[in-house]
Amino acid sequence: MSAPLAIEAVDLTRRFGAFTAVDRITFDVREGEVFGFLGANGAGKTTAIRMLTGLLAPSSGKATVAGHDVAREAERVKCDIGYMSQRFSLYEDLTVRENITLYGGIYGLSDRDIRDRTGRMLARLGLEHAADHFVRAIPLGWRQKLAFSVALLHQPRVVFLDEPTSGVDPITRRQFWELIYEAAAAGTTVLVTTHYMDEAEYCDRISIMVAGRIGAMGTPAALKQKFAAQSIDDLFVQLARPTAS
Amino acid sequence: MTPSPSGAVVVDRLEKRFGQTVALNSVSFSITPSELFGFVGPDGGGKTTLFRILATLLIPDKGSASVLGRDVVKDLWNLRTRIGYMPGRFSLYPDLSVYENLRFFASVFGTTIEKERPNIAPIYSQLEPFKDRRAAALSGGMKQKLALCCALVHRPEILLLDEPTTGVDAVSRREFWDLLAELKKTGMTIVVSTPYMDEADRCDRVALIQNGRLLAVDTPRQIAESFGRPLLAVRASRRYPALLALREAPHVHAVYPFGETIHYVDARTGETAPAIAAELRAFLQSRGFADAEVEITPPTVEDSFIARMGTAEGTRAA
Repeated sequence: MSAPLAIEAVDLTRRFGAFTAVDRITFDVREGEVFGFLGANGAGKTTAIRMLTGLLAPSSGKATVAGHDVAREAERVKCDIGYMSQRFSLYEDLTVRENITLYGGIYGLSDRDIRDRTGRMLARLGLEHAADHFVRAIPLGWRQKLAFSVALLHQPRVVFLDEPTSGVDPITRRQFWELIYEAAAAGTTVLVTTHYMDEAEYCDRISIMVAGRIGAMGTPAALKQKFAAQSIDDLFVQLARPTAS
Repeated sequence: MTPSPSGAVVVDRLEKRFGQTVALNSVSFSITPSELFGFVGPDGGGKTTLFRILATLLIPDKGSASVLGRDVVKDLWNLRTRIGYMPGRFSLYPDLSVYENLRFFASVFGTTIEKERPNIAPIYSQLEPFKDRRAAALSGGMKQKLALCCALVHRPEILLLDEPTTGVDAVSRREFWDLLAELKKTGMTIVVSTPYMDEADRCDRVALIQNGRLLAVDTPRQIAESFGRPLLAVRASRRYPALLALREAPHVHAVYPFGETIHYVDARTGETAPAIAAELRAFLQSRGFADAEVEITPPTVEDSFIARMGTAEGTRAA
């Protein structure tokens, strides 16, 4: 009935010594869905993402991403996903074109594919004039849009975006989200984290992690109704600090 | 122009360049004592450069700046003990514990935690359960509270907080602003910067800053109201297609996602909001968005920022 699953996690768990960072989380994301992965600092989001991207082995439970088991087929997972974070995505001391070529090479694209896709990407982003500029010299907003396009260069089935719009101006932030919508409309599955609660409203569904578990999951509208919250911000406060008023 | 002695901060035509980059472009404003004043704008807008000049850590190229009636270049040694500065990047010692960091900052200013306890009590009480934890092992929100505590430990007369809530989750952000509201009650002047537009409402006055220029300086309410034209919020189950369709409305000026709605601004100035709303409803119906709802909504600081940014750059909000 529904679209095939791009991400499926069942009782996914990760312990560090006596501390359980991710505690039996179960959720799935359909193909082409924009899934907001929210939670307070320290709730376990980063650990969960590291497991889903094949960088960290689960302690127990299982997860498949783009059809591959994250524990047994970690390298296959890495080939079929894209990743971008606010902290690090592009090499600042390489030019725009060099960054694209580098990532294309890492993902095993042919020279011809890299050339074609570079041209199309720069045209779409309106960045042709900056192709040979160092990445550090282009404005942050452009850099983030470029980083997102580079994360999609090898046409991954799932892309993970970790706080992609942090510190970006309000217009560019919205242009960035339109790139997300476009990618999703073309069938790419997007898992995104953000501290901007208005952006949570842009997602098809969201989950809110609380102390290693999923505290709530659903469409933004359904969750607001269920928790009688005015906004996702209110909902977040209710869930993330149950003791706070 | 001589700085007015009554201003907690007086800045006149301040300029700073780094090579070709103009970080601050003729910036002027003043902040009154006991004000909670916010600089709101994206990264690269000039906030950090401005804070570093006010904190006497960077010399401006042109113009003047005074803090507490003293010039930030000539009177830096007087000012340094009177300012509490929290830099944007986490700047405490990661390998020292919470208590050791605080003790270090107290000793640098010739005081002790014990002596200052009454001043820092509201914040320190939240940190005390973790006092033996290494700073590196604190959560983002707790790190920022520790940094605030360290900036307060020498009883400064003014606080300069550069992006204290960046990268911090929404709940910790709220808690941090609640702490600032408490501090404000003691009469402290607080200057704070943030990339989060929704935090503007927690300030007495804000300056919108972008590309080294101030786009506006006013109360959050005045800035929101300065939007000055009808603003409509559209709800539709098929959001992205609805957004694209709205861009083709006959009199469209700007269309952008805004929380759970899409904001629509009309290009005409003579029409009333209800008339535009009715037209838009009909337009969306004709485009097959049967469930679309259109309502009139009050502009926010963010709407005003988007409108002013568009004007400043000669482009339209895409």
